[in-house]
Amino acid sequence: MKRTLENIENQFETFQILNEEGEIVNEDAMPDLSDDDLKEIMRRMVYTRILDQRSIALNRQGRLGFYAPTAGQEASQLGSQYALEQEDFILPGYRDVPQLIWQGLPLTKAFLFSKGHYVGNQMPEGVNAVSPQIIIGAQITQAAGVGIGFKKRGESNVAITYTGDGGASQGDFYEGVNFAGAFGGHNIFVVQNNQFAISVPVEKQSAAQTIAQKAVAAGVEGIQVDGMDVLAVYAVTKDARERAINGEGPTLIETMTYRYGPHTMAGDDPTRYRTGDMDDEWEKKDPIVRFRKYLEGKDLWSEDEENEVIEKAKEEIKAAIKEADNTPKQKVTDLMDIMYEELPQNLKEQREEYAEKESK
Amino acid sequence: MAQMTMIQAITDAMRTELGNDENVLVFGEDVGQNGGVFRATEGLQDEFGEDRVFDTPLAESGINGMAVGLALTGFRPVPEIQFFGFVYETMDAISGQMARYRYRSGGTRQMPITVRSPFGGGVHTPELHADSLEGLMAQQPGLKVVIPSNPYDAKGLLIQSIRDNDPVIFLEHMKLYRSFREEVPEDEYTVELGKANVKREGTDVTLVAYGAMVHSALKAAEQLEEDGVSAEVIDLRTVSPVDYETILESVEKTNRAVVIQEAQKQAGIAASIAAEIQEKAILHLEAPVMRVTAPDTIYPFTQAEGVWLPDHTSIIEKVESVMNF
Repeated sequence: MKRTLENIENQFETFQILNEEGEIVNEDAMPDLSDDDLKEIMRRMVYTRILDQRSIALNRQGRLGFYAPTAGQEASQLGSQYALEQEDFILPGYRDVPQLIWQGLPLTKAFLFSKGHYVGNQMPEGVNAVSPQIIIGAQITQAAGVGIGFKKRGESNVAITYTGDGGASQGDFYEGVNFAGAFGGHNIFVVQNNQFAISVPVEKQSAAQTIAQKAVAAGVEGIQVDGMDVLAVYAVTKDARERAINGEGPTLIETMTYRYGPHTMAGDDPTRYRTGDMDDEWEKKDPIVRFRKYLEGKDLWSEDEENEVIEKAKEEIKAAIKEADNTPKQKVTDLMDIMYEELPQNLKEQREEYAEKESK
Repeated sequence: MAQMTMIQAITDAMRTELGNDENVLVFGEDVGQNGGVFRATEGLQDEFGEDRVFDTPLAESGINGMAVGLALTGFRPVPEIQFFGFVYETMDAISGQMARYRYRSGGTRQMPITVRSPFGGGVHTPELHADSLEGLMAQQPGLKVVIPSNPYDAKGLLIQSIRDNDPVIFLEHMKLYRSFREEVPEDEYTVELGKANVKREGTDVTLVAYGAMVHSALKAAEQLEEDGVSAEVIDLRTVSPVDYETILESVEKTNRAVVIQEAQKQAGIAASIAAEIQEKAILHLEAPVMRVTAPDTIYPFTQAEGVWLPDHTSIIEKVESVMNF
């Protein structure tokens, strides 16, 4: 009797290009990125870190609603997004607002989404995405549908979806990856393994030693990547994209990452389930710190440039939150108008009632 | 005109729309070469190809999640859930997802999905194959819930459902699939969603029903006629949204109403209709609005279903009580 589990698990090593010291450790895998690309990736990561800090502050001031902190996950989120084309389709989880923003969602709309305003759910023309999913894993079967749709239409686009380590325990995760495999969908499934599903450590989610190996059961490619290494995340996503549109099937990417902050701003206290030592250990792997070292070593980045990005971010965030604050509140009648294409009889009646209430 | 059973009319509706619109896709468990466990998709794969009519892996949440994704890329999916008792496996994909996408995109996207599924009791199925779960669906804003009672309506309603730009749950009562044939035009036609049909005119009491219970109500009305009671029978055809205009117009004429459903009594469509009638027409009523329903247990597969299911005699009893109130 041949045993296979150990052999399979041994295949899943963490793919890395840039180590914690900012050194290239896998020259052969270095993606084809120009100096301008490298600088743009750095700008986006710095900007997104500031956006996270400001969003947390705005949430505490009561100016934002639902917010899931992103610091620590920049390489995982932005490295994968940078590998996309504008026509690709993003189905994000609730922590994945940065990918939408860099795909073209205005900050004001991101803030309106946080505040629960329907206008925040309207993607601008040319941004192929749905607003962040709240139900863990529900977007994964939908992503399979989008990827299968692209294949049916013969389009050279992919659907990319994001979930976390907890999401990889959901039935919809297995169903979505399996459907995409069965139909050869143009799909990339990113599991951002930030080690905790709220408080439950990844070790308790599964006996599987990696999430990437779950791809094997669906007959699709799986790879585990250092999610604090933006070059590695970019490279594996780019490769997955090429293979998907060439008809070589979907890919499951597990990014090993960490969220520095709480699960959301709604009262989660990470000190109940994480140690300071663990936080320190992961902060040493910080994606921005190592990428900065790398760029400085190539004379591509300076403190002045970084400060410029920080100032720009702060200004734009300030303007966007002001605009969000000044947006007229959503009404119940607005909500009624977007339940169906045409108001059904019952809602027509109820709409009159609420139009009257809301006119006062 | 051709004589068709309800299942044939349903196949004909899908064939019509597959032919009319290349974005229409029909898929589910066993719907391909096998033509579906009830043969609702018989011959469609051969006619339209495997790209448009296809089998899926056996996973209901995946099927409806995929339908959402296909709708996001401009398709008009017609997924089949093999038996509606399996809907619990896919409640989120339906109620948590496709029902909310119009709202969740700020009104910029639509979900033109028609989820077809057989349901209903009296055909000796195993557990979770016969349950009437339309009440669960009707409680979800963003969905429409359609239940035909005959071949003609089934074809027209299904074509209209597939053309509708909001998600429709299209429930097909198994007992009606092959129980009778009627004239169904071979050409395409539609029956408006959200519009009830007065199947029989009467002056003494209004019987409101849908699905298989329409036939029990009609049978009851015939017998009541012999006893000198003139019953009007309304076939809802759509249980969400409900056509209250037609119901209220009838009740204002007859002054009595009995609402009939095969589902359990608690909550549900009949309760909602009874409440609406008393809110809107209390001064027209000579008697309380009564309900004929199954009891509040799970569906008693096979052994006790004959007694558990409401029938024309239970309807006649309730009509007698409102007549003698």
